[in-house]
Amino acid sequence: MSRNGPLALVFHTLFVTFMLAPILVVCWVAFTPEGFLSFPTDRWSLRWFYAIARYPEFISAFWRSLWLGALSSAIAVAFSVPAALAIARYRFRGREAITALFMSPLMIPHVVLGIAFLRFFTEIGLGGTFVGLVLAHIVIVLPFALRLTLASAVGLDRAIEHAAVSLGASEWTVLKRITLPLVLPGLASGWALAFINSFDEVTMTVFIAAPGTETLPVRMFLYIQDNIDPLVTSVSACVIVITVAALVVMDRAYGLERLLVGKGADGR
Amino acid sequence: MRAAPYLLSLPALLLFAGVVIVPLVMTVLLSFHDWGQYKGIEPVFILKNWQEVLTDSYFHEMFWRTFRIAFFVTLLAAVLGAPEAYILNRMKSPWRGLFLLVILGPLLISVVARTLGWALLFGGNSGLVNKALISTGLISTPLPFMFTETGMVVALAHVLMPYMVLAVWAALQRLDPQIENAAVALGAGPFTVLRRIVLPQVMPGILSGAIIVFALAASAFATPAIIGGRRLKVASTLAYDEFLNTLNWPLGAAVAVLLLFALIAVVVGASRLVERRYAQVFG
Repeated sequence: MSRNGPLALVFHTLFVTFMLAPILVVCWVAFTPEGFLSFPTDRWSLRWFYAIARYPEFISAFWRSLWLGALSSAIAVAFSVPAALAIARYRFRGREAITALFMSPLMIPHVVLGIAFLRFFTEIGLGGTFVGLVLAHIVIVLPFALRLTLASAVGLDRAIEHAAVSLGASEWTVLKRITLPLVLPGLASGWALAFINSFDEVTMTVFIAAPGTETLPVRMFLYIQDNIDPLVTSVSACVIVITVAALVVMDRAYGLERLLVGKGADGR
Repeated sequence: MRAAPYLLSLPALLLFAGVVIVPLVMTVLLSFHDWGQYKGIEPVFILKNWQEVLTDSYFHEMFWRTFRIAFFVTLLAAVLGAPEAYILNRMKSPWRGLFLLVILGPLLISVVARTLGWALLFGGNSGLVNKALISTGLISTPLPFMFTETGMVVALAHVLMPYMVLAVWAALQRLDPQIENAAVALGAGPFTVLRRIVLPQVMPGILSGAIIVFALAASAFATPAIIGGRRLKVASTLAYDEFLNTLNWPLGAAVAVLLLFALIAVVVGASRLVERRYAQVFG
């Protein structure tokens, strides 16, 4: 394999600048000492980070997003374990159709899902409730949970389970002591990917969140729609730092490439 | 045991039947209902909304804009993302892993935060992007980015770029470096190798990346809403307006359903075309 020439490295530098510029700019502006948007040069200040504390709606939206992500991802993983075992181990009529159905939230534009959920939840009396948000988020993060659970279920060595059965273990014991522990790493990474997707989701949630059940990205979006000021940059900077920290942890634990290339390889 | 797989997938099947299929069917039905300023939604079966969406020039212009933006986003992502994936693939560790993290990482950072970054960079005539472009001598007067299609294309290309890099990267992993070496040994120059050996082999990756980027760009919401402001509408922001400001839900539902069907047609059609084209080559 030959090396990259100087032209390729110039292109690469420009490309990385393009990818990082908007993210770094948000973090930079967040440190402004002024009352308006400006790039701090000689004077830096944390005033806009302290200011977040005076806006309880951002704080409560943050905790809501955290709980929503944790809860809906956990439930999505719980739904995807039996489904993944069925898809990985059996060849049955309708297998492809069922898999496609479970993956469909990736294909359907989130704006369409948002509209469909808004109409549906309003009709059944769940409009603007946290329960509605959880239901909607379970559905949109399930493909991520299922894909990673499926990957570990497919890679599972059936001989270990057969050995346990021949040694007299009951079906329940095999499931509890052999199968689940073996797919656990897949479950954990599926949960993490599902959590991040739930935590970042804005397009669908903006339709079904009411004042009082807004998630952090929705709160940020609605705030930006009205005006862009340094406060929203400091909130965004905090979100960016948290995400990057989670990213580094996930990269160390599972390898981001594995997590994401699996994500890109079959179409998303 | 023949029922086992069905029993295992039953919980998720019930969930999807109740929370995906029923709401989607309800939305399609909603698009045929009537609506009035004072009477609200009337559950009758009429074609008024569909007639309006399909014949009114306002909607034509809006859908045309949506797909034009998606096309240019796809083009930009392919022209920048594909070479970058190739360069990335030729790097040595630890640079390769580090830059892969830097380029794919933004995928997981909130879209709202990333778009805010572009709004700050574009910010009026004195924005950093314009300052940089003028200082390099590429332009002499500031270009408008905020509230324009150009701004939307740049910001969306940034938001969706990781998907293109991922798709091309995945295709590059299947490439046998010995073929490149063989071409060089037979006297091919670097440009010929790229054009005759590498490009044809990663083309399926570029095309599948393009399909993903196009579909996501045409249905993107937060970025067009923030960069486009209240006037420059695309399909998803228009549907949002109908639902949460005008409250004409049936019309909004018609826009959303049309967007869904148009996208399904484009994605399925393009995938078929790609598969047929490459089935001839590899099959």
